[in-house]
Amino acid sequence: MSDLNKRMIEEYRNDFLKEVEANVEEGEWVKMCMQCGVCSGSCPLGKHWAHPPQEIFMMIRAGKRDEVLTSDSMWMCTSCYNCIVRCPRQLPITHIMHGLATYSKKLGLVPKGQPTATFAEIFWNNMMKKGRVNELKLGLALYFKDGFGPGIKEALRNKDLGTKMMKAKRMSPAEFFGGHGIKDVSGLQKMIKKAQELEEARMKKFD
Amino acid sequence: MSDEKKFAAYICTGCGIGDRLDAGQLENVATREGRMNVVKQHEMLCSKEGVKMIQDDIDNDGVTHVVIAACSRRAKMEAFAFPQTEVAITRANLREGVIWARPDTDEAKETTQEMAEDYIRMSCGEIKQMNPPKPSGQQGRNPNVLVVGGGVTGMTAALEAADAGYTVHLVEKTGALGGHVAKLHKRVPFRAAPPGTPNTPDANLPMPEDTGIEELIKRVEENDSIKVYLNSRITKTSGAPGRFSVDISAESGDTVTENIGSIVQATGFTLYDPSELKEFNYAGSPDVVTNLEFEELTNAAGDGPIKRPSDGKEVKAVVFVQDVGQNSDEEGKLPYDSGVGDLVAIKQALYCKHHNGDDCDTTIVYNNLRTPGAPGEDFYRSGQKNGVIFTKGDVKEVIPGDTLTVKMHDKILDEDADVHADLVVLDVGMVPNSGPDPYAANESLEGMSDEERAEELEAQAEAAAAEEAGGPSVSVESILNLDYRQGTDLPQLKWGFTDSHFICFPYETRRTGIYAAGPVRRPMDIKQAMDDATGAAMKAIQEIENAAQGRAAHPRVGDLSYPTFRKEGCTQCKRCTVECPFGAIDEDEERYPQYNESRCRRCGTCMGACPVRVISFENYSVNTVGAQIKECSIPEEWDEKPRILVLACENDAYPALDQAAIAGEEISPWARVIPVRCLGSVSLSWVTDSLNNGFDGIIMMGCKRGDDYQCHFVRGSAMANERMAKVGDTLESLNLEPERVVVHEVAITDIERVPALIKDMEETIEKIGLSPFKF
Ligand code: SF4
Ligand code: SF4
Ligand code: SF4
Ligand code: SF4
Repeated sequence: MSDLNKRMIEEYRNDFLKEVEANVEEGEWVKMCMQCGVCSGSCPLGKHWAHPPQEIFMMIRAGKRDEVLTSDSMWMCTSCYNCIVRCPRQLPITHIMHGLATYSKKLGLVPKGQPTATFAEIFWNNMMKKGRVNELKLGLALYFKDGFGPGIKEALRNKDLGTKMMKAKRMSPAEFFGGHGIKDVSGLQKMIKKAQELEEARMKKFD
Repeated sequence: MSDEKKFAAYICTGCGIGDRLDAGQLENVATREGRMNVVKQHEMLCSKEGVKMIQDDIDNDGVTHVVIAACSRRAKMEAFAFPQTEVAITRANLREGVIWARPDTDEAKETTQEMAEDYIRMSCGEIKQMNPPKPSGQQGRNPNVLVVGGGVTGMTAALEAADAGYTVHLVEKTGALGGHVAKLHKRVPFRAAPPGTPNTPDANLPMPEDTGIEELIKRVEENDSIKVYLNSRITKTSGAPGRFSVDISAESGDTVTENIGSIVQATGFTLYDPSELKEFNYAGSPDVVTNLEFEELTNAAGDGPIKRPSDGKEVKAVVFVQDVGQNSDEEGKLPYDSGVGDLVAIKQALYCKHHNGDDCDTTIVYNNLRTPGAPGEDFYRSGQKNGVIFTKGDVKEVIPGDTLTVKMHDKILDEDADVHADLVVLDVGMVPNSGPDPYAANESLEGMSDEERAEELEAQAEAAAAEEAGGPSVSVESILNLDYRQGTDLPQLKWGFTDSHFICFPYETRRTGIYAAGPVRRPMDIKQAMDDATGAAMKAIQEIENAAQGRAAHPRVGDLSYPTFRKEGCTQCKRCTVECPFGAIDEDEERYPQYNESRCRRCGTCMGACPVRVISFENYSVNTVGAQIKECSIPEEWDEKPRILVLACENDAYPALDQAAIAGEEISPWARVIPVRCLGSVSLSWVTDSLNNGFDGIIMMGCKRGDDYQCHFVRGSAMANERMAKVGDTLESLNLEPERVVVHEVAITDIERVPALIKDMEETIEKIGLSPFKF
């Protein structure tokens, strides 16, 4: 897919909009935005992002492919659904945000070290191993995501919480060794792989 | 009807009037002081029996002049609608004007009764100066409507009038009917998407549709009641509604004269010429076109793709630049926005998608996207759905070249951008075809003294005469060529659009019987213009019927009185001919004023203007109001009961006073209100007389004047204001304080403010003391 990233986009043309329509979940809605700004005004986080939703949609229409796909804005969405509820044009804004994030990940354009993206990746890999999320390993992987030193620090900082979770049987140290899983892990993995292939095949190529 | 006059007063005791007032005493006042021949009470005068009592007196007892002392003249108008030409009628406002305006307390009883008695005296005085109006008989019923302009507005007006049974003369200056619309490829849809249409990107939304112009032209051509004059102009319009004489001259030089009842002016618009706006390079590149030229390009494309003018290349990217030369204070640009340009751009962008395929890029650079009308929002969505890119921005420059570059500032992303295009379409605005403004030169008259004004007018008249004799020609060609004393065409309100009373009466112009419709009145689209044409046609028909009976048009609808002047007294000062807001007065060969009944709106501005007071209506004159002022009792100084005269415009101020009373607002017991037709009709002599009679204060209440006027007679209120500037001299000569006379602008909704204004005067009088002119 990465050949997609090399193409030249003419500004204020439909090229990128069409790409978003084809390859981003609910992307066909972007053109219907009337730039009222209600979403950006409603977003509890909007003012902390580089590009709140209204602006992202305008950027897509202006053909700002790189800026949109390498932006970390859509990763910041907390799925609070404020915008969806209020958009007078009824755009599924939250879903478009996640769709854009997914697409940017697919193209390998996610900003390095973007925490939401990192977490999502750790979560996905963790879950794919056994078909269930291993809380202990997920926690540890998160602590050590920036290396050994910071990992130890982070683990110590959260040790009280960890102890409590263990006492309450929300987490088990035994999980460290293997951990629980579903019956047919390889079946699940095959299924996901097939789904990914199907999705890949549906992606439109632009040049 | 014999010439014998018999005066009668009828006092109603219903609606609580009898409980609050001593009706027997009122009867005494009417008989002894008012010297009425007949005085009767009735417990409910507006009832069938009450009205019959009056009618019987008229029919059997020879009563010719009637005072109805009951509710406001604005109430129960149908009940008391006795034939105008047989009886003179006035109303003493005892209900809204007295009992509802005053508190029901023991202390207030005396002053309330005094107020009522004064209104009886005043009405009895007034009625003696009144006579039943007689229409002039200047014109009969002429069922011919002249429609000027053969575009969609003119044709619609013609068809509407013809369908209603009138004959239409339709004059078009070009060689074909259809106007601008005939040049369009398609029109903006007339209807919104059906209710319940979803917001989804695949919703079924309205698309550009056929203009329907051929069908309309066919209907006009096939209509036996419509006579079409192509390649023709109006070279002269004289007369008045019901008896216009119109010269229609063909290019060939042939002229026919038609008798016309009323006129619809549907002369449309010309598109703004963007050549002078260098930044857009309209003159510099054939690929920069106006929105109308783009229609022609699309028509030329037939079923194939739209090609650009320079080299015939198939267009792949188009930028629409909105609001070109519009909405700007800058010299040479239009100060307003046409309002429909964004709809047009959406329509044209959709042409591109249709003719040149989905991958033809279309970008609309707007400032404020406006999509008025029922289908507006759906049509906008239709554009979005089909991939038209909308962006809020300022276009700085269009750079010509093989590919045009549009340099703009994107206002949402707040950054500069270059957009490349094969074709740039400029959204240019509509400039009304209203002909020369008859009052353009008169603006210089504002604030001039009498002498300066007279000189200036004389100079203007001479210049006009010189022009007629073959001097320099006017830059804007006249459309109607009216031979009115006040100029050749419809007066303009703002920015060249024809004047109208935009709040109450949009089609009405300042020339009675001539109705403006379509974009000559304000910028509008096809649908609006067709609705507008229907409205104007209805007004034109109404005026034909009004003129036939000598009835006034808006706002004194149905009034049969009309002004005449006493020739022996006239000094030929020309004030009336110049100040009539409706150009109703011409000059005869001896240079005396010549009144045209059916052009007149009965405002009385001429009456207020006449320095020698020779202009009057049968039922409204310097004397009818003068008598009311005279008959109002003025208590002795030691009674400490001031008198405040309120001259209230009957259109807004008087109803506001009524409404105030209905709402339970208290009105000063010292106020005596006299309704006037318009502040413009107020004669300076009323002010002088009332001050001499011992009134302590005078309040004049009229409608808002100026550019955004609300005066029902357009200029009446402004005229009054100019004239009242001179009141200061009168006050000075009488040695009175200037605060005693005030002029206020009042709206019909000012129901709390109006009583407060009177209260203010009461306080002023308390401060400066009573007038020394009490006897
Ligand atoms: S609220 Fe909806 S229409 Fe408004 S800017 Fe946001 S996405 Fe666009
Ligand atoms: S759902 Fe996401 S984009 Fe929408 S308001 Fe919430 S945080 Fe903002
Ligand atoms: S000033 Fe008013 S009343 Fe007098 S002629 Fe003109 S329209 Fe009629
Ligand atoms: S204003 Fe009076 S005096 Fe002057 S021309 Fe008119 S009628 Fe005659």
